[in-house]
Amino acid sequence: MAALTDMLLLLVLLANFAVLAASRLTFTIRAAAAQGILLGLLPLLLHGPWSAESLLLAGGTVAIKGILLPGFLLWAMREAAVRREIEPSLGPLGSIAAGVLAVGLGFVLAARLPLAGAGGPALLVAASFATLLTGFIVLTTRQKAMTQVVGYLLLENGVYLFGLILAGRVPLLVEMGVLLDLVVGVFIMGLVLFHMNRELESLDSARLAELRD
Amino acid sequence: MSLQVLVLVPLAGALVTALDPHRSRRLAWLLVAAAMHLALIGLAWRGGLAESRWLWLTFDPLGGLVLTLVSVVFLAVAAYSVGYVRRETPRGGRLFESCLLGFLAASSVVCLTDHLGILWVAIEATTLATAPLIYDPHDRHSIEAVWKYLLLCSVGIALALLGTFMLALAQDPSRAAPSLLRSALLRAPHLDPVWFKAAFVFLFVGYGTKVGLVPMHTWLPDAHGEAPSPISALLSGALLNVAFLAILRVVQVAHAGGQARLIGPVLVGFGLASMLVAGALLFRQRNYKRMLAYSSIEHMGILAVGCGLGQVATFGALWHMLGSSLAKALLFFVSGNVLIAYRSKRIADVSGLVRRLPVSGTLFVLGFLALTGMPPFAPFMSELLLLRGAVGSGHPWVAGGFVAIQVVIFAGMVTRIVRMAQGEPETPDRPRESSWLLVPPAALLGLVLVLGVYLAPPLERVLGVAASTLGGVAP
Repeated sequence: MAALTDMLLLLVLLANFAVLAASRLTFTIRAAAAQGILLGLLPLLLHGPWSAESLLLAGGTVAIKGILLPGFLLWAMREAAVRREIEPSLGPLGSIAAGVLAVGLGFVLAARLPLAGAGGPALLVAASFATLLTGFIVLTTRQKAMTQVVGYLLLENGVYLFGLILAGRVPLLVEMGVLLDLVVGVFIMGLVLFHMNRELESLDSARLAELRD
Repeated sequence: MSLQVLVLVPLAGALVTALDPHRSRRLAWLLVAAAMHLALIGLAWRGGLAESRWLWLTFDPLGGLVLTLVSVVFLAVAAYSVGYVRRETPRGGRLFESCLLGFLAASSVVCLTDHLGILWVAIEATTLATAPLIYDPHDRHSIEAVWKYLLLCSVGIALALLGTFMLALAQDPSRAAPSLLRSALLRAPHLDPVWFKAAFVFLFVGYGTKVGLVPMHTWLPDAHGEAPSPISALLSGALLNVAFLAILRVVQVAHAGGQARLIGPVLVGFGLASMLVAGALLFRQRNYKRMLAYSSIEHMGILAVGCGLGQVATFGALWHMLGSSLAKALLFFVSGNVLIAYRSKRIADVSGLVRRLPVSGTLFVLGFLALTGMPPFAPFMSELLLLRGAVGSGHPWVAGGFVAIQVVIFAGMVTRIVRMAQGEPETPDRPRESSWLLVPPAALLGLVLVLGVYLAPPLERVLGVAASTLGGVAP
């Protein structure tokens, strides 16, 4: 079981690098979707035995993070005729270097926190921080509003990974509430992107710079 | 009846208004739900509403205080909206009333829940409920404002969730299973200092983004400046306090768990920085709504300073939360009236306000005097108490910096206000003002005055009990 868990966590890290290295928007969204599916499966491996609750939550996470939200973003991209190129302010090589730093920092932080009583594998915490930081890299170095939504998804995935340490002790109602907030949040972001495209004829958040002091 | 009704009444209102095609009926629902909410809070204060296991709802003095403030501001927003939509048609249609009531339901959960996970979910829900309201004008500027608001606040709040998880891990695992219940955390005999520090950093940065503390404030002037005026009043007078309550919940846990020495200086530092930066940027504003937005940041900074100092300063900060919030909401209402009459948000385009709109103009000037801490209004009294606390607890330099910033801000704002209020209006007409647009700000001004002149003993008691859970004492 432990080997399989570590394997999945490494795949999660790989998805981060896929997002950082990608030059096409559709690919970054698909990479985030793959990460979402992995995240849904992880709690089943980490915390047995399975109950109806844990299966429901795993199914919900896979459906929302892996299928519904990425599908919505891909659909919105098609409908709003967003160009596929990413146009980052940090090139693929620089992005990957930043990603490596993020993983390194993740391990450093995981080693510094007193995890003895927490009961999760150290790799889990490292992967959580690495994914969180990757989300920040995407949020700060990508100009397109759509890519920033993907960055937000990665960030949320990082927090979700950290929450797995506590899994079983966070009530189902809270987990469901977090997922619901995510769905509604991304949905509203998608709608704003739609209007943005109509008003500004571009989904480039760098052009959103009229409000300043 | 249990505390659930405080959530269910606005939630039912949100559903009904989402389905009702008639604007006037929707506004009636909005008013009825707002009034019922306030009445039910009165019942809750008298112990008439039982605790509820659904969403872990409990009623405590601090949460009750913030919720009462939210409900009062909300009722004023609802009444003002009746007059506002007759002049300016919100483009959101049914979403306008529905999202307003959705915000009230989510805020009630934030103020009442004992579970820090539910608190997080509800805070994010307030962001989502207010986003369509900010975007209501549907123009370039409001798109930019809502995009920044959504992205920055969602990212910030995601960090707060991480902090919430870490807080659960700060409990001693050998004694109790990690819990996210506030009541369990308050009873925890020992909190691990490393986990608590990590948790506090993420919670403070996360919820601090929503409060608009510097340097996480960049979304706030855009959102408050571009939103329709009643929404600006709601954001400034209600939402910021709801977000600040989330930070105060962590402060409560810190005091109960013996970690208070860590967080006091952080609150004071970020508070003073917010006051300073907001004060400096306030001078560069040519737009009166943005000027008010920076003033909001400044006042949230004051609250953080007061709660960081402890002792009587905390009591002063909670008192200041009431007075400054009512004053901010009233000024955003009046700035809406100015915008309707002058059709410009630029300070330079407004002159002769007192002649052209006698009632709004007078309210504008008095509101500014109240907000900038002139006697006999409540902010004067609460800031005085806060200064007494700063000096009394051995922080004279905090008091000195505080006074210096306040004097500079007053000087900066007063020149702009005088320019807007005095002189001859460019057009001689005197538009008739609807009483729906005048009574809510006038009522709030009355409240700010009463809170300053006479602090009723029951309110003083509640402020004292709430302050004592935050390391404060009654004067």
